[in-house]
Amino acid sequence: MDIFAPIQWLADWLTYTVFHIAKTTPLGSTVDFFIYDSIKIILLLAVIIFVVSYIRSFFPAEKTKKFLSKAKFPVVNNFLAALIGILTPFCSCSAVPLFIGFVEAGVPLGVTLSFLISAPMVNEVALVLLWGLFGWKIAVIYIVSGVTIATIAGWVMGKLKLEKWVEEFVYKVKSVQADEKKLTIKDRVDYAKRYAIDIVKSVWIYVIIGVGLGALMHGYAPNDLLVKYAGPNNFFAVPLAVLIGIPLYSNAAGTIPIVSVLIAKGMAMGTALAFMMAVTALSLPEFIILKKVLKPKLIATYASVVGVGIIFTGYLFNLIIGH
Amino acid sequence: MKISVLGSGCPTCMRLHETVKNVVKNEAIDAEVEYSDDVARIVELGLMHSPVLLVDGKPVDVKSTSEKDVKEAILGGAR
Repeated sequence: MDIFAPIQWLADWLTYTVFHIAKTTPLGSTVDFFIYDSIKIILLLAVIIFVVSYIRSFFPAEKTKKFLSKAKFPVVNNFLAALIGILTPFCSCSAVPLFIGFVEAGVPLGVTLSFLISAPMVNEVALVLLWGLFGWKIAVIYIVSGVTIATIAGWVMGKLKLEKWVEEFVYKVKSVQADEKKLTIKDRVDYAKRYAIDIVKSVWIYVIIGVGLGALMHGYAPNDLLVKYAGPNNFFAVPLAVLIGIPLYSNAAGTIPIVSVLIAKGMAMGTALAFMMAVTALSLPEFIILKKVLKPKLIATYASVVGVGIIFTGYLFNLIIGH
Repeated sequence: MKISVLGSGCPTCMRLHETVKNVVKNEAIDAEVEYSDDVARIVELGLMHSPVLLVDGKPVDVKSTSEKDVKEAILGGAR
C-alpha cells in the first residue's frame, strides 16, 4: 500500500470537493499536485529529521574526533569522516571550532577536510527534498556522489601536505576533556523533537515556494526554456553553474526547490546537481569564516579541488542520466 | 555576573549576543555582557560548536536563541 495514499486523498478532496475545481483541467491537476507535494515533503522532513537527530545524539562531535584520531587507514578514514559529515548538524557557525577541535585531537588534515566538505553538502534535509521532488534514485545519487567527492578531495589534500597553510595558533590550542553528558532517552527525544521543529519552521516556506513555482511553471512555461543554455549539450553549463553557485549562500532547503524548477524547464540533471553542490559546499561566506584558521592558499586549494570534483560529477551524471 | 558569548562571527552567534543583551536588560539582571570571537577558547573548553554561552566562565546549554530559552540558560547557569 502507498503510505502517502491518505495525503493524496486529502489533496483530491480539497481540490475537487472543497475548491470545486473540475477534475481534468490543468488548474485542477496543478492545485492537486501542489497540495499533495507540499504536505508530503513537509511530513517527510519532520519524520526523517526527527529520526536522524535521534541517531545523531549518539554521535556528538567530541566522540567523533576521538574516533577519527584513532582510525589509521588512509582513504577509509576520509570515507568515514565524510559519512559522519552526513549525520552532523552543521551550520557555518561551527565550522571553525570543529576544525580546530579535530586538528587538536590529532585528526589528520585531509580527514578533517573530508568532514568539512561533506557536512554542509550532504545531509538529511537534502535527502528528503531530493527524494520528495525527484524520487529516491536522484537522492541516492546525490548522497553517494557527495560522499565520494568529500572522500577523494580530502584524501588528495591530505597527500599534498598542506599543514603549513593552517594558521599556527591552531596547533597551539590545548583542550580540556569536557565531561561526557549522560543522555536519557527523554533527552534524546527532546533534542530530536526540538531540532525537527526548528528545521521545519525555517524550511517550510522554501518548500511551499519551490513546489508552488514548480507546479505553476509545469503548466504555464515552455518546457525547453533552458535546454539551450543549461541542457546536456551545452559543454560550459556545468562549470558555469558551479561558478554561479559559489557566491550564493544557502542551504539545501533553499536551493533544491529552485533547482526543481530549473530542471523542469530543461536544465540537465548533472548540471543541476553540480549547482546544488556548489551552493552548499563552496560558499564565499563560509570561506570568510574559515579564513580564521586556514591561510588563503589552503582555502584556494580547497575550493579548486572540491570545485573540480563537483564539475566532474556534473559531467558524469549528464552523461549517464542525460535529461 | 559576567556573561560571554563566544562565536565565530556567524549570524546565529550575532543573534545570540543580541538576545542575551535584551534578556539582561528586560530582566534587570546585574551582568556584564561581552562578545568574543576567540574560537580557540571554545575548543579549549572541550567544545566544538559555536556559539557558546558562558556564565561566569562556565559554558551553559542554550536550547535556542529565543528569549525564553536564553533567559532559562542564564538563570539556570547562575544557580
